[in-house]
Amino acid sequence: MTSPTDEAATAKPYTKPLPEPTPASQPFWDAAREHRLVIQRSKQTGKYVFYPRVVSPYGAADELEWAEVSGRGTVYSYTVARRATGPQWSGEEPYVIAIVQLEEGPQMTTNIIGCPPDAVRIGMPVVAAFEDVTPDVTLVMFRPAAAT
Amino acid sequence: MTLRGKTAIVGVAEFRPSRYTEGATTLGMLAEVARDAIADAGLEMGEVDGIVVESFAESPFMAPATIVEYLGMDARFAEVVDLGGATGAGMVSRAAAAIHAGLCETVVCTTATRRERRSTEGPKRTANSGFAGRRVDRTPATEFDTPYGAIGANYGYAMIANRYKYEYGVTPEQLAKIAVAQRYNACHNPNALFFGQPITTEDVLNSPVVVDPLHLLEIVMPVAGAAAVVVTGAKRAKKLKHDPAFILGVGEHTTHKSITFAPSLTDTAIKASADGAFAMSGVRRKDIAVASLYDCYTITVLLTLEDAGFARKGRGGRFVEDHNLQFDGDFPVNPHGGQLSFGQAGTAGGMSHVTEGARQVMQRAQGRQVRKCEYAFVNGNGGIMSEQVSLVLGRDA
Repeated sequence: MTSPTDEAATAKPYTKPLPEPTPASQPFWDAAREHRLVIQRSKQTGKYVFYPRVVSPYGAADELEWAEVSGRGTVYSYTVARRATGPQWSGEEPYVIAIVQLEEGPQMTTNIIGCPPDAVRIGMPVVAAFEDVTPDVTLVMFRPAAAT
Repeated sequence: MTLRGKTAIVGVAEFRPSRYTEGATTLGMLAEVARDAIADAGLEMGEVDGIVVESFAESPFMAPATIVEYLGMDARFAEVVDLGGATGAGMVSRAAAAIHAGLCETVVCTTATRRERRSTEGPKRTANSGFAGRRVDRTPATEFDTPYGAIGANYGYAMIANRYKYEYGVTPEQLAKIAVAQRYNACHNPNALFFGQPITTEDVLNSPVVVDPLHLLEIVMPVAGAAAVVVTGAKRAKKLKHDPAFILGVGEHTTHKSITFAPSLTDTAIKASADGAFAMSGVRRKDIAVASLYDCYTITVLLTLEDAGFARKGRGGRFVEDHNLQFDGDFPVNPHGGQLSFGQAGTAGGMSHVTEGARQVMQRAQGRQVRKCEYAFVNGNGGIMSEQVSLVLGRDA
């Protein structure tokens, strides 16, 4: 058995690609670090949109505002990667890449964690799982809602 | 105003796909295959006054000027097309439009992809460097998809296939049949990468699953190659060396870059693109003798058969089962072998669907010539069902 301290000392540096936030997307990543999911919403229509942007897709006169959302959604589709999709994932296969549809409407590409890859199904209810992959970056993954 | 019958493909050329190119430059390959296509048309370089080229890493900017200079051309029309796998078909539609608009008379459209065992171009492609190691990629896909391992195209087409299975159902055998038929075709095309290597349904289903539910033999293998075509006005086309392949209809549709933001995984932009091309052409689906369909994966062909209007939505699997897709069958698909078996040389792989459609209509497809081929339908697909460009080609204007 190794103590948590030993693990931290021997932890490998995170080598996977990290997001490079833009001024428009910074609030999303800042909230993720606080384990909150915030996305943009149209002031005129009330519709949500993901990813963050400076121009509303819902009309020239529209503006976007930030809103915290539930983090609940369903698996729209997924695949189990039996071979690594990038060299940095080598050794982690099989893993699940999925598109999750948030209950507020928008879709996100993500990973489903917290269950065997073969247990993932289309339509499966999931909730956001905030993964602190580095001290500065938290990725938004999802896990089965039943497992909460 | 319509492009129907106003222009034609009069020359075609391609390199036999290969695993690697040893030291060749993309520029050299682009120039060589362009020269071959111009010669195939029976034209001299001085008779070509337009160039359409892809964006390529060796020439990060001013790509058309680079190749114009290399070939010693005088170009009145110099254009880049950046539509991923739909680039070849998109080059043809833009060339046709430019000629019809009077901007130029004869255009060469050229594509090439080299592939070194070890890159001599600096750092190898990384997740953030984008397709073919082009410039630094700061698109939203890089920020919101890449960190989750959503890299390349395999994962996206796998998600499409899983969603299709969920909504409509398709059997592994039905998808495998597409790959098997195209391999049969490749075995009649000495220029195909997999010439002489037939496969069976069992071979496909026994090949490893790379990304659920797609097997290795349902996925294209990246190779090197080059392909080019020459487009000119209908009047000039009739006086040239070969019977031309007239461009009767073009259609195009783009809705997203990342598959995350596709309006649907199973209703694709191909429908609008194909409907546009057929409407312009006045040709009926049932008169199409050859379907030259972008085939990065078996599921791509299935969706194209449906969304281009050859099979009913949701019935693609049954359509494949009920028809013989070989070049000598009742519904020939990709007689050259498709990219699955001819080879996927980047944008030149997409262009191979154009060269094959044109060759078939010109009656120049030799050992794989489809009988009574009056009309061909060509579809180009870029990204993960992102950019779509459709063409209808015919023997008569």
